[in-house]
Amino acid sequence: MPESNFKRFVEVGRVVLVNDGPLAGKIAVIAEIIDHNRAIIDGPTSGIPRQSFPYKHLLLTPLKLTKLPRAAGTGIVRKLVEQEGIVEKWDKSAWAQKRVMKEKRRSLSDFGRFKVMLAKKQRRDVVRKAVKKASA
Amino acid sequence: MARSKELVPGVGRLSRSQVFTKRGLYKGIKKSDKPAGEEPAATKEKAVGGAKNGEKRVIPTVKAPRYYPTEDVRQPKKSRKSHNPPGLRSSITPGTVLILLAGRFRGKRVVFLKQLESGLLLVTGPYKANGVPLRRVNQAYVIATSTKLELPGFTVDEKINDAYFAKTSTKGARSAEEEFFEDGKPKAKETFPATKAADQKQVDSAILDAVKKTPDLVKYLKSTWGLSKGQYPHQLMF
Repeated sequence: MPESNFKRFVEVGRVVLVNDGPLAGKIAVIAEIIDHNRAIIDGPTSGIPRQSFPYKHLLLTPLKLTKLPRAAGTGIVRKLVEQEGIVEKWDKSAWAQKRVMKEKRRSLSDFGRFKVMLAKKQRRDVVRKAVKKASA
Repeated sequence: MARSKELVPGVGRLSRSQVFTKRGLYKGIKKSDKPAGEEPAATKEKAVGGAKNGEKRVIPTVKAPRYYPTEDVRQPKKSRKSHNPPGLRSSITPGTVLILLAGRFRGKRVVFLKQLESGLLLVTGPYKANGVPLRRVNQAYVIATSTKLELPGFTVDEKINDAYFAKTSTKGARSAEEEFFEDGKPKAKETFPATKAADQKQVDSAILDAVKKTPDLVKYLKSTWGLSKGQYPHQLMF
């Protein structure tokens, strides 16, 4: 069989990011696949109760629990997630950090946005001067 | 319309005056009689020229009207309702930085001082920072930001009220020529009254002191606000 180009699969143990609904922005683990539309997800450490969820509203992350048995209960999921440090790994990932940054920018006040503009100007100035110096 | 049974919704059986009579509220009205002063004389004598005219004539002091309407003209009902000035938005407190959205200074960021009796907001640039003088604005044309200045113990002088900003009215008819020209030349511009300039300075000195306590805030007040591509005011936080 030729190598697949796909890296992330819908599989038991896959860490997913909920992308819709009141729980949007939290991560969970696929505990069991129901059919080609839905899976049972569980996120005891991130505040997602065990429930069925459509794939449409999930995003697959590169993270995965290695040894999660099929249809494991919340207790086992919690234990494995804590063991493998999934939440810390997710928080450290560029994806999660970018999301945090975006949220921060979005919640800035008018004065905050102005200060960002000033900081960017300053940075631009430093970079330009450095480039000029290096290319001269 | 308790006494006046409805014929159809909104139309009573009795007229307004009939209801008034039935209710009999007029009976209870207490009137205080004014001390009867001397009635002005109904007639006066006037000297008349001409030998055959009897020298003088008695004429009424008030002329009878020369015109009577042929039909009764209905008097519109006087309304005793009056508008109350609008309340202040909860996000606006003294020291709040506001963004003006309309008028000559649209886009400017200004400092809110207080709400005047008419409901309009008293704001200042401060003038030295961004050129906006002491000014009244409608709060409907303003965005309140979450940026607030600390103004402990600051009060606006009582004399700065709605009348302070009113235009001086010139009575009587004046031609446009008179208004704009003098000796065939355009009139010289009136200078800004020194007292108002002093008031501006006095208010702004306190405000500017507070502004300078926060870094970059002077720059912020100097800059103007606007929307760039992909920015929607309802999605922004202020």
